[in-house]
Amino acid sequence: MKRLTITAIACAATIIATPVMAENVLRWTSQGDALTLDPHAQNEGPTIAMNGQIYESLVTRDPLLTLQPELAESWTADGDTWTFNLRKGVKFHDGADFTAEDVIFSFDRAKAATSDYKEQVASIVSVTALDDHTVEVKTDGPNPILPNQITGVFMVDKGWAEANNVVLPQNYAEKEESYAVRNTNGTGPFVVTSRAPDELTVLEANANWWGKGSFPGNIDKIEYRPIANAATRVAALLSGEVDFVLDPPLQDLARIASTDGLKTTTTPQVRSIFFGMDQGIEELRTSDVKGKNPFKDVRVREAFNLAIDKQAIQRVVMEGLSFPTAMITSPGVLGNTPELDASYGHDLEKAKGLMAEAGYGDGFTIQLDCPNNRYNNDEKICQAAVAMLARIGVTVKLDAIPKAQHFPKIQKRTSDFYMLGWGVPTLDSHYVFSYLLDGAGSWNATGYNNARVNEITATIATETDIEKRTMLIDEAWNIVRDEKPYLPIHHQVLAWGMADNFDIPIAADDQPRPRFIVKN
Amino acid sequence: MFAFIARRLAQSILVMAVVSAVAFSLFNFVGDPVNNMVGQDATRERRAEIRLQLGLDDPIPVQYVRFVSNMLQGDFGISYRIKQPVDKLILERLPATLELVFVSAIISLIVGIVAGVYTGIHRNSWISRSILSSSLIGVSLPTFIIGIALIYIFAVHLRWLPSSGRAGTIDFGWWKTSLLSLEGWRSILLPAITLSLFQLTMILRLVRAEMMEVMQTDFIKFARARGLSERAINYGHALRNTLVPVITIIGLNIGGLIAFSVITETVFQWPGTGLMFIQAVDFVDVPIMSAYLVFVAILFVIINLVVDLLYAAVDPRIRIGNA
Repeated sequence: MKRLTITAIACAATIIATPVMAENVLRWTSQGDALTLDPHAQNEGPTIAMNGQIYESLVTRDPLLTLQPELAESWTADGDTWTFNLRKGVKFHDGADFTAEDVIFSFDRAKAATSDYKEQVASIVSVTALDDHTVEVKTDGPNPILPNQITGVFMVDKGWAEANNVVLPQNYAEKEESYAVRNTNGTGPFVVTSRAPDELTVLEANANWWGKGSFPGNIDKIEYRPIANAATRVAALLSGEVDFVLDPPLQDLARIASTDGLKTTTTPQVRSIFFGMDQGIEELRTSDVKGKNPFKDVRVREAFNLAIDKQAIQRVVMEGLSFPTAMITSPGVLGNTPELDASYGHDLEKAKGLMAEAGYGDGFTIQLDCPNNRYNNDEKICQAAVAMLARIGVTVKLDAIPKAQHFPKIQKRTSDFYMLGWGVPTLDSHYVFSYLLDGAGSWNATGYNNARVNEITATIATETDIEKRTMLIDEAWNIVRDEKPYLPIHHQVLAWGMADNFDIPIAADDQPRPRFIVKN
Repeated sequence: MFAFIARRLAQSILVMAVVSAVAFSLFNFVGDPVNNMVGQDATRERRAEIRLQLGLDDPIPVQYVRFVSNMLQGDFGISYRIKQPVDKLILERLPATLELVFVSAIISLIVGIVAGVYTGIHRNSWISRSILSSSLIGVSLPTFIIGIALIYIFAVHLRWLPSSGRAGTIDFGWWKTSLLSLEGWRSILLPAITLSLFQLTMILRLVRAEMMEVMQTDFIKFARARGLSERAINYGHALRNTLVPVITIIGLNIGGLIAFSVITETVFQWPGTGLMFIQAVDFVDVPIMSAYLVFVAILFVIINLVVDLLYAAVDPRIRIGNA
């Protein structure tokens, strides 16, 4: 209390000294800092969280993740052409006008070889200006989900980029640091006023922002301080040094919620955790079954699904903070339905029966590859799975290793049985099918290759009839539900911790949106 | 003297080459940086392209030779993680680490020597006993537990000190100091104490043991017979004779403090080289890891040299040059 009084006096003194209203400061922390301020160089959570305050895209999402106009006021599709009507009177932080020319330039920049947003704009063939505030985007065939795909593609000022030699995102082979790593010029609601990487970044409200007054948020200043150690991060919240922790460890949530002046909010995250089983290879690498691959038999895959008790994992490992599932994509993603997401159940007898039917009544051995620093309680989930599979005779050797070593195994297709988590930024099933279920999907290490699923994946990329498209997606998911190439565990739960006097609407994509944050 | 230094440096270069080659080959096992460098959407072609660009597919010896030859030309590369030149990054973060180590070395030296002399002379007093038993905490508890405990006591409960970070810095060209402001001292105190505890205990116990031994020797008895004051005997004669091993240990440990303040810096989000290194390991940021190793190797070489030179200052019987 005494400390508060002193702070209050100090604040009062500042107010007297400078003739402005009391500032609403949001002191925010999370584990990692933005890696760069270049808007197209790194497609990674903390980097997007920071850059998304400074830069804006044509289309964005609100905390409920519905599409909203940002720098485009409206958009329409006609065959393979999307037309975007740009917001008028928008200025970059340096005062330059935002026009169609900047949109063309920004899409070019996002398509560059060194951009990390190439996939999002891969379908775009050309961008042309009809006038200063209308652009026409042509895609390689109709693309019904283009607006979903470009919510992360930020708009950059052409003149500024050319003047500072940052026409392209940084190339890793360069010797020099690019100007855009530390300097910014966006249209967004906040401007960077100071930045010390890994220490403190200060963002102040942009007085000339187009959206001023039309959003509920009242934050004037953001102080972002990354704290790598989870316990220290929580301590900073408990001691009142920060107002908002984006990623408190799950085991500390009760402690935060029970502290006076603090609260937590949770929501299902758009990220599903599951195991992949390699059913493509002729003989498993780590199994004692020789000459054949037990995962090729759908009965074995079903037995695995029935043997793992997802409710127990939720209760014991996750302390209730997960949603057990039978689907590898979360509610909120187009294609997820309660029927498809309904549990396969937990039935040891049936599982044993299926194993015996498939000729593995005595079980077999296999290695489970698991990361230990990527998902909530990842290693513990795997340990639980090992114990559960032992009950149907399967001896699982667990290899839990850091993510930097785990993910290459999946990409090089050298794992028999592995854990993976998948988030869906477009909130559309196509993203899941094209990476995880298509026979050629770049993250599909299961060897699953179903002609009909591949066909649907290709069709829904260009099908613009929404009803027909939704039916196709449903058909494909039903095939997947029957064939079980993956073993779904749960959807993760997101939890944020904050001071009581803040209203911070939680969003399933784990991105805070300060324009909606209210300090009371 | 000059020949001695030159010879030592020549030996050190060999040592550094071997150490860095071994360390570099270990990078093979840290994992693949490319996954951290691109989003999950990146195609396999894009990943392959980055690997090619960075030469990650070359055999480790080839990568090592390239690293050394670039380094000799003053090029340490660009960090994969924060995309800034590595040498600049290390120089930016070094002041934070050096100040932290400096403050914690001062704490451990002063407290360690004073308490060591006291417990060495008043062996059986209850103060000595309680100092000795509580100093066991310093060696037996891991640093991160001590750090977290201090945070919970002084930041969360008492709210006297900030829990983490480095506040109140003042710029002097490239050197950002936190030792010239109250805020700065408030933020350095907890990490410095955490880092000093192990050191302090070791110095205390070393000084105590040496003191007990020296106090039995003839020259102390003679000094006493001459009627010198207790103070002159204890600090002027006895302590001075205990210092050779103490200096060796402190020298080696200060190198260790700088190189391995990693855990303390992580717990307190102290923006020094240790924090940068641990984040580099997590990300498989090879340019930072390799430059940091070279930096640490140089540091140890210099510290060892200084320690050797200091022997001569403390104990004139030791002749430098014939070693």
